[in-house]
Amino acid sequence: MACFLVSAAEAVIVTVATQVVIAHENKLLPQFKRETEAQSEHKAEKIPFSRKLRWLSNLLWGGSFLLAFEHVWHGEVTPWFPFLTAAGNPADTAAMLHEMSTVGVTMAVLVTAVWGAMVLVSSSMEKKALQPILAAK
Amino acid sequence: MTLLITLFAAILCTVLWYRKAPQDEMKISVLCFLYWGAAIMWFVDAIYEYADLGAAFFAPAPADMLNDLFLGLSVVALGLIVWLVVLLIKDPRGVIKGMFQKK
Repeated sequence: MACFLVSAAEAVIVTVATQVVIAHENKLLPQFKRETEAQSEHKAEKIPFSRKLRWLSNLLWGGSFLLAFEHVWHGEVTPWFPFLTAAGNPADTAAMLHEMSTVGVTMAVLVTAVWGAMVLVSSSMEKKALQPILAAK
Repeated sequence: MTLLITLFAAILCTVLWYRKAPQDEMKISVLCFLYWGAAIMWFVDAIYEYADLGAAFFAPAPADMLNDLFLGLSVVALGLIVWLVVLLIKDPRGVIKGMFQKK
């Protein structure tokens, strides 16, 4: 009915968080640049956290967008007010809210969990790649 | 059916991305994120539907299957359109920029 709205809301939050992290990383740029340059000599590079956050926002935006299309396809989303057909009467609205709190939340949690796994794997790969460099220091 | 088509599109795009990784000149990663995001979400939808319908979930009516097939193909086409727009806007090869500079 409107399960994609939960993921879309998370996508908005993650996008804002990504911008905050980018601003924070830019503040630390001189130090970060030094670290990156030192690592690039050894052909190993640390992925900034902002880029990892962007993976999550891309997954959430992409998924929400295609699911929104599916809802348009099924006539659950309309281009006129109230935009969600289920918002037309209280019984459908209750069913919609229930679906959002079950299916929608599970979707957002699973996408975040998959992203968490991606970050864990990439972090462990980074550690392995950087270990010889850190040991040499 | 929609989940399966999106899943196959996601796998295909990931393989295409991996062939050129870490370079991503053609922005294949955009397609990967689009299709994987949607596939994960539809997977959750499928789990809830299976919990609701049981074994009947695997035996949909032909008309529903056809509708889902059209939806899946439309989703893949829409994803490709989004990717094309991103590719032309980012213009990693500078083709569009080059065209304007010549004029």
